[in-house]
Amino acid sequence: MLELRNIAVDYADQPIISNLSLAVATKEIVSLVGPSGSGKTTLLRVIAGLEKPRTGSILIAGSDVSAVPTHQRGIGLVFQDNQLFPHLTVEQNIAYPLRMRGLSKDAYLPQVEAMLQLIGLQQFGSRHVQHLSGGEAKRVAVARSLIAQPSVLLLDEPLTGLDTELHDRLLHDIAALLRARGTTVVHVTHDLREATTLSNRVVDIREIGATCK
Amino acid sequence: MNATTSPYPSASRWLWFAPAVAIAFFFGFPLVTIVLRGANLDGLIDTYTNGSILRMLWFTAWQAAASTALCLALSLPATYALSRFHFRGERLFLALLTTPFLLPTVVVGAAFTAVLPSQLHYTAVAIVAAHAFFNIAVVVRVVGAQWEQLSLQLSEAARTLGVSPLRAFATITLPLLRGSITAASVVVGLFSFTSYGVVRVLGGPARSTIETEIYTRAVLIGDLPGALALSIGQMLVLSAAVAWWMRSNRRTNQMVLSAPHRTIAQRGRQRFVLSAIVLCTAFAVSAPMVALAWRSLRAGSQFSLAGWNAVFSSTTTAALKTSASFAIVTAIIATAFGLLISFAVAYGSRRYAVLELVSALPLTVSAVTIGLGMLITFDVSPIEFRSAWLITPIAHSLIALPLVVRTTLPVIRAVPNGLREVAATMGANRWHRFRSVDWPLTQRAAATAAALSFAVSLGEFGATSFLTRRTSETLPVLISRLLSRTGDTVQAHAYALSTIFVISSIVGIYIADAMRKQQVSR
Repeated sequence: MLELRNIAVDYADQPIISNLSLAVATKEIVSLVGPSGSGKTTLLRVIAGLEKPRTGSILIAGSDVSAVPTHQRGIGLVFQDNQLFPHLTVEQNIAYPLRMRGLSKDAYLPQVEAMLQLIGLQQFGSRHVQHLSGGEAKRVAVARSLIAQPSVLLLDEPLTGLDTELHDRLLHDIAALLRARGTTVVHVTHDLREATTLSNRVVDIREIGATCK
Repeated sequence: MNATTSPYPSASRWLWFAPAVAIAFFFGFPLVTIVLRGANLDGLIDTYTNGSILRMLWFTAWQAAASTALCLALSLPATYALSRFHFRGERLFLALLTTPFLLPTVVVGAAFTAVLPSQLHYTAVAIVAAHAFFNIAVVVRVVGAQWEQLSLQLSEAARTLGVSPLRAFATITLPLLRGSITAASVVVGLFSFTSYGVVRVLGGPARSTIETEIYTRAVLIGDLPGALALSIGQMLVLSAAVAWWMRSNRRTNQMVLSAPHRTIAQRGRQRFVLSAIVLCTAFAVSAPMVALAWRSLRAGSQFSLAGWNAVFSSTTTAALKTSASFAIVTAIIATAFGLLISFAVAYGSRRYAVLELVSALPLTVSAVTIGLGMLITFDVSPIEFRSAWLITPIAHSLIALPLVVRTTLPVIRAVPNGLREVAATMGANRWHRFRSVDWPLTQRAAATAAALSFAVSLGEFGATSFLTRRTSETLPVLISRLLSRTGDTVQAHAYALSTIFVISSIVGIYIADAMRKQQVSR
């Protein structure tokens, strides 16, 4: 499904990723682990097309998407700090990718309601996102990416900053949600326990191309 | 800071008195006079049903709307460049965009007379273009302050959801900037609506706005009732707009989203777009100013230094002396009274906050109305001093007062009370605490306020054109008079004086920027 070939990324003329290759199968959940500054987030941004690698290519379903702009790659990215649109409600945030595809309200509303139910926030549709707790905001961010039905979902340290109880509860909820939908996922974290709970395969980024020690 | 925590609880009781009395006498009294003498129902109906007045009002309104639209179109790409990217020469670019706003409006008018072909002189196009040029800094500063705090990742998030960059801008960035764009539009619209100097120079006899019409009726054709009726209408419109602007400004301030986030343009296309924006905007903004310098060196089609030689004439040196002395006196009066108000508000109980509002009142009245009010109020016994030298710097001080309070009050409020308490534990009494803690931390803001008041006075034209006499002509009044006369040397003289204003503004911005950098490095 997703294949990275010989990816190299420099930051301020210093190589942070060299010759990185990775293949992720359809419906597989892969966790990339590594310390802070090892280039995990940068790699996700490269896969999403938000940053350009110095060399290498990215293939999705066999097609080289290296030159394809972000919005045409069919990739979802859940940012570490969610990046929910502050001027929209919970429902409007989740509906955003569907509205942008030109779906009418009648067409997208049942999907949004089903997604709200799936993440356990069916009562929160009209709530402003600034009034959500950390866990609720995270669920909305995941739901917003999932509703767009991306071919690959990228999760950038999605549970950082949450207290232990909430972290564990949300981790199981997200794992169940992703497995139920059969989503192909690349997840990055520095928490090995989180990686083993969520994914089918754990890869240390330093062993496949990160230049930090 | 409330009464129980005020460090100087008794100070506000006497600090407010002198500025309140001065504002009541020099601002409130003339305003009441305008309303009492102008609020005549028949006169108001006559004025506001007159066909030529209605056409003038329509022109005032639509040129303000067109100026705002053009200003936004010219400024938003530059604001995007400055808010989102670091690039070589960004400080110079920002200084260039700020310069027009510091120029006297008469000089802006002169710059467009210099740069536009003669077929476009005295046209709405010239007026609208000059207003857009003058107000670029408003949009860049107001919208830019919010744009650079808008998380870049919000539009990236939209792109990962399948939305093109342009659509992400339209559906995410633009709605989030709506508050600041609205606030900037109101300010630009207000400045264009009340524009006087630009229209006096570029409007000619055929094009007048409400401000120039007040001057024409009051001074040139002696229709005082008409001028007063227009002033009342002007005050109502301005008060409503300022009240609305203050509300939208409060909403904008609540929308701080992240720390400033700017990047270096990396991709080829991004670099091309950034370079195109910076170069095109820089060309559009510098062309009128360069044209001023060029025209100052021409007499007809020939190169000539006659315009610059005239700069050393007795008329010019007298105007320079008058402008400088008005500016110095304005800086002293406005800073002193503004500081008294700021200290009274900062140290007093909540009821003293009304003083802050009172100090902002001159914003709701145009400079022309302030001048007209003083002209008709202070020419009757026993307060017959409208020809007194001091009346012009007093009018300038009223115009500068809101700026002084807005510059100094936040600084005084931010002085940590702990510092005063430490000083008290070391034996400092109230006066010594003020001298050793409050004043040293406030004096830089006071100096900035004095410099702003000085600049306001130097460029002020609206009130001055009512109050000044031929023997006490200021530089903007002289430039306006020279531009209205024919003759190559006379015109070159006006352009040379305008060029001096441009150079002074650029030097002023450079010094202010250097001082700010020095302060940051400390």
